Amino acid sequence: MLESGSIHSQLSFRDKILSLDYVLVCSILLLGIISMFAMYSTDNGNFDYHTKSHISRFVVFFIFFLLISFLNLKIWHQTSTLIYVFFFILLLGVKYFGLSSSGSQRWINFYFINLQPSELMKVGLILFLAKYYHRVPLQDVNRIKFLFLPIISLIAPILLVITQPDLGTSLLIAAGGVSVAWLAGVRIKFFAYLSIIFISLLPIAISFLKPYQKARILTFLNPDRDPLGAGYQIIQSKIAIGSGGFFGKGFLNGSQSYLDFLPEKHTDFIFTLFSEEFGFFGSVSILLLYILIISRIVKIGDITRSNFGKLYCYGFATAFFVYVVVNMGMVLGLLPIVGAPLPILSYGGSSMLSIMLGLGIAMSCRVYKDTPIG
Amino acid sequence: MISSSNMMSKSKLISRRMFILGIAKTVVFAGIFGRLVSLQINESKKYRTLSDKNRFREWRLAPQRGIIKDYFDVEIASNEKVYQLHITPENSSNIETLFFRLKNILNLSNKKISFLKKKIKKQKPWEPIIVSDNLSWSEFSRINLFLHELPGVEPIVSIARVYKDTSSSHVVGYVSQVSAKDLKNKKYIRDMAVRGIAVGKTGLEKKHDQDMIGKVGFQRYEVNAYGKRIKQIHHDKGKAGIDYRTTIDLEVQKFAAKLIEDKAASINVMDIYNGDIVAMVSSPNYDPNAFVHGVGNKYWKYLIEHEQKPLMNKAVSGLYPPGSTIKTIVGLSALENDVVSTNLKVRCTGSIDFYGQRYHCWKKKGHGYMDMRTAIKKSCDVYFYEIARRLGVDRLSETAKKFGLGKRVLDGFTEERPGVVPNTKWKKKYIGQNWYLGETLHSGIGQGYYLSTPLQLCLMTAQLANGGYKIKPQIIVGADKNRNNLKNYIKYKKENPAEGITADLIIPNFSINPLFRNQENINFIKEAMYASTNEVGGTSYRSRITNKKFMFAGKTGSSQIKRFTAEQREAEVKQNQIIYKDRDHALFIAYAPVQNPKYAISVVVEHGGSGSSAAAPIAKKVIKKVLERDALRSSKINQIRKDI
Repeated sequence: MLESGSIHSQLSFRDKILSLDYVLVCSILLLGIISMFAMYSTDNGNFDYHTKSHISRFVVFFIFFLLISFLNLKIWHQTSTLIYVFFFILLLGVKYFGLSSSGSQRWINFYFINLQPSELMKVGLILFLAKYYHRVPLQDVNRIKFLFLPIISLIAPILLVITQPDLGTSLLIAAGGVSVAWLAGVRIKFFAYLSIIFISLLPIAISFLKPYQKARILTFLNPDRDPLGAGYQIIQSKIAIGSGGFFGKGFLNGSQSYLDFLPEKHTDFIFTLFSEEFGFFGSVSILLLYILIISRIVKIGDITRSNFGKLYCYGFATAFFVYVVVNMGMVLGLLPIVGAPLPILSYGGSSMLSIMLGLGIAMSCRVYKDTPIG
Repeated sequence: MISSSNMMSKSKLISRRMFILGIAKTVVFAGIFGRLVSLQINESKKYRTLSDKNRFREWRLAPQRGIIKDYFDVEIASNEKVYQLHITPENSSNIETLFFRLKNILNLSNKKISFLKKKIKKQKPWEPIIVSDNLSWSEFSRINLFLHELPGVEPIVSIARVYKDTSSSHVVGYVSQVSAKDLKNKKYIRDMAVRGIAVGKTGLEKKHDQDMIGKVGFQRYEVNAYGKRIKQIHHDKGKAGIDYRTTIDLEVQKFAAKLIEDKAASINVMDIYNGDIVAMVSSPNYDPNAFVHGVGNKYWKYLIEHEQKPLMNKAVSGLYPPGSTIKTIVGLSALENDVVSTNLKVRCTGSIDFYGQRYHCWKKKGHGYMDMRTAIKKSCDVYFYEIARRLGVDRLSETAKKFGLGKRVLDGFTEERPGVVPNTKWKKKYIGQNWYLGETLHSGIGQGYYLSTPLQLCLMTAQLANGGYKIKPQIIVGADKNRNNLKNYIKYKKENPAEGITADLIIPNFSINPLFRNQENINFIKEAMYASTNEVGGTSYRSRITNKKFMFAGKTGSSQIKRFTAEQREAEVKQNQIIYKDRDHALFIAYAPVQNPKYAISVVVEHGGSGSSAAAPIAKKVIKKVLERDALRSSKINQIRKDI
C-alpha cells in the first residue's frame, strides 16, 4: 500500500495532464464563455464596465483552477485545517477592517481585489470537515464528543457571516458543512435536533433580522404584497423569464434588463437575464450544464479511493448543487430572495475564486485519485 | 485489516448516502425544470404582455379640431398656435425653486402654485403638468431665455381654438375645457383620454363636437424602469376633426350684428327654398375666445348678471309672443278651413265686446270697415278677433304647427326651445284648465299663450314665401342631399303650367311636402304682406324699398309684455314713455324680393316698442344686404354642388 502510494505520488506531468477530467474542464470553460456574453448583455453591449473585469477574472481564476488541480491531494489534506483557520481569521478581519456597502460589511480590501471571505469559507468548511471525518472512525461519528468540533466549526463562521449581515452566504456555508457531516454518517436525528433548535430560535433570530430581510421573507410568501417594494424583484424576474418564451428575445434584446426593470442583473439575477434573452432553450441548456458539472464532480468522488477525497467531492458537489438551486429557485420565485450568486455566471471575484478553488481541489482528487491519505 | 474494513464500510456509507442525495438532487432539478416549463412555455404569453406593459408607455396627442367656415370659406372658428408651459416633475431637481423662479418670470399667483403642487402630488412624476396653456409671446420668449436654468420646464407650441368674429358667437358656440359632466356624459371624450382637449359647449361646437374633435393621436415610447423615454416606437398623428361649411354668410352676419349691437335682439335670414340659414344673429353677443382657456371670474359674472342675457342665443331660445306677425297664419288658416272668404267685412271701432269683455284694437280710433287684405295691411286687431272667434283655436293651432311654430326647428341644437302653440288639449294638459273663448281672441293676434322663437317666425315666413312648401332649415352645408328639390320643382311647374296647380302628381318625383290645401290662399296672404309694406297705410310702409330688385313684403308685430291700464290707454302713452322692461317686443317678418322671392327674414327686438318703428327698419337694411350678395351666393351654390 505504501509502495503503491509512493508510486502514485510521483506522477509525471504527462500523467497529470492526461488524468484531468476534460468533460468538466470543457463544461467550466463553456460556462465561462456563456457568462462573458451574459455579462456583455447586462451592460447593454458595453464591453468596458463589467464584462472586461469579469473576463479577466475568469481567465485568471481558470488558470488558477488548472494549476491547483496538479497540487497533491495530500497537501490539501495536510493544510485544510490551516486553510480553514486562515479563512476564519479573514472573516474576523471583516468585522474590524471590512468595507461596508449598502448596509452590510462583507469585504476586505486587498489592493487587487475586494475579497469576500465568507465566499471562501464555503469551500474552507467543506475541506475542514472532510479532513475531520476522514479521520473519525465510523463507530465514533455519532458520539457527542466527536460532534463538538464540527458543530463549533460550523456555527462560528455562520454567526460571523449572519451578523455582517449576509443571510444568503451563511445558508450556503451551512449547506456545505451539513452535507459533509451527513455524508460522513452523522445520524439524521442530530440534524432533526438541530432543526428543532433552529426553528425554536427562529422567532429570536427574526427579531435580529434587518427589516429588509424580514420583508424578503414576507415577500416570498406573497410576492404581490407590495409589488413596487420588496416584491418588485421577484415579479420583474418572473416577467423577464416568462416573457423570454421558448427561444427568447435574442442576444442584447432583453427589454426587462435593458430597461433596468431587472434588479441585480449582474449578480444574483444573471440567470434571469439569460433566460429572457435565450428563452426556455437557453435556460434549460444552462441547467443541463450545471447538472453535468455536478455529476462530473460526483463521478470524481466515486473513483477517488480516499474517504477524504470522496467526502470533499460529494460535499462540494452537494454544496454546488445548493448554490445553483438556491439562486435559480430565488429568481424563479420558488425561494425567498437571499442573495446567492450563481456559480461562475454571476459577477463577483470572491464567488468566482471560491468556486474555482473548490473545483480545483475536486480536480486534484481526480488527478490523485489513487493517492492514499493517512 | 480492521481499519481497512472500517474504511471500506465508511466509504460504502458515504456512497450510499451520496446516492440518496443524488435522488434528492434529481427531484429538485426536475422541480426547477418544471418551473421553467411553466413560466417560459405555458405562461409565456402572459409574461410577454406584462413585459410589454413595462416597456411601452403611450403619450396621447390632442387632435386638431375641425374648422367652422362660412358659406364662402371664411373661417369663423379656426385654430391658432398657442404657447404653453408644461412641467415634468421628475426632470426637475427641485420643484420648490422651480416654482419660485417661474413665479418671478410669469407672475404666477400663490394660489395657482399651491394648486399645481397639489396636482403634482396626485400624479406620477413623469406625467407632465400644464402650468399655463396660453402664454403671451413675451412670456414665452422669457421662458425660453431662462430655459437652461429651469430643468423640467418644457415650452410647448400647441394649437387652440380661436374665434375671429363674435357676430356668430351664438350659432357657432364655444369650446372650453372638459368638465366632469362632459366626461360622465360623453363616451367619446372618455375614450380619447387626452389632456388639454377642448370640448364644444354650445351651438355648432357642441352639436358637431364628436366629429369636429378629431381622432386622438399617440406616441408610443419605450421607457425604462424609471419612466424615462428611451426611444420612440410608434407615432400616430391622429386625425384632425372634420371641417364644416355653414350656410352662414359672414358678411351678412356681421352686418346684421352691427345693426343690433346695442339692443337685445335677434335676426334670422333664411333661403326660402332650401332652408339655408344665411344669418342667425343674437345680441348682445359675447367673446367666445374667453372660454377657450377657461373663462375668468369677472367676465363670467358680467355675462351671467347682464340684464340682456348675452350668453343666450335669442334666435333659437328666446321665446316671444308672435304678436301680429301671426295674423298671416290666422288669415291663412281661416281661408284654408273655408271659415271666411277674403271678402268678409268687419267694422273696427277701436274695440269689440265679446262675452262681456272688451277687446281693444291697437288703433284707439278704429280702422273702420276692413276686409282681410286691409286687415293684414293695417294689422287690425278687431278683424282678427272676429276671424279667430269663427276659426277656433284648435284649427288655428293646426295651421300654426304646420308652418313651423311650436316645435324645434333644428336638429340637435340643445339650446333651442320649442315654444308654445296653444290649443284646448294643450291647456288641459299643461295648465289643467278648460279653454276660455276669450283666449282664442288673444291667440288670434298672437298674444296669450303663444310663444315662438325668432327662427320659427323666419321659417314660417319662408314657408309662406316659397308658396307653401315645407322646408328644413339647416346651418351645415351638405347635410341634406335633397335640398334643392323644391327649387327644381317650382321651376318645373313654371315651365309646365299645363299640368295644373295640384301638386300631388309631381310630388313623388321631388319629394315635396305642400302645406296648403289651396295655393291661392297662400298667394293671397303673400299679396296682403306686399300691401302691408308697399301700399300707403301699410304698417311697414315707411321701411319699404321701391327698387324692384330689393322690394320686400313683410308683416309687423308688437308683442305685449304688460297689459295697458285703462288710464294709459286713455292717455295714449307711447312705448318710449314706459320703463324698458315693460315695453313691447318689436317684431317684423318679411320675404324678398317680392317678385320671385328668395329669402325670408325675421327680426325681433326685445322691448323695442313697435315692430314698424324698431324692427322693420333693421329688416330693410338686412334685406338689402342679403339681396346684394344674392348673385354671389347663387354662383357659390353651383360650385359647392359640383364639389359634392
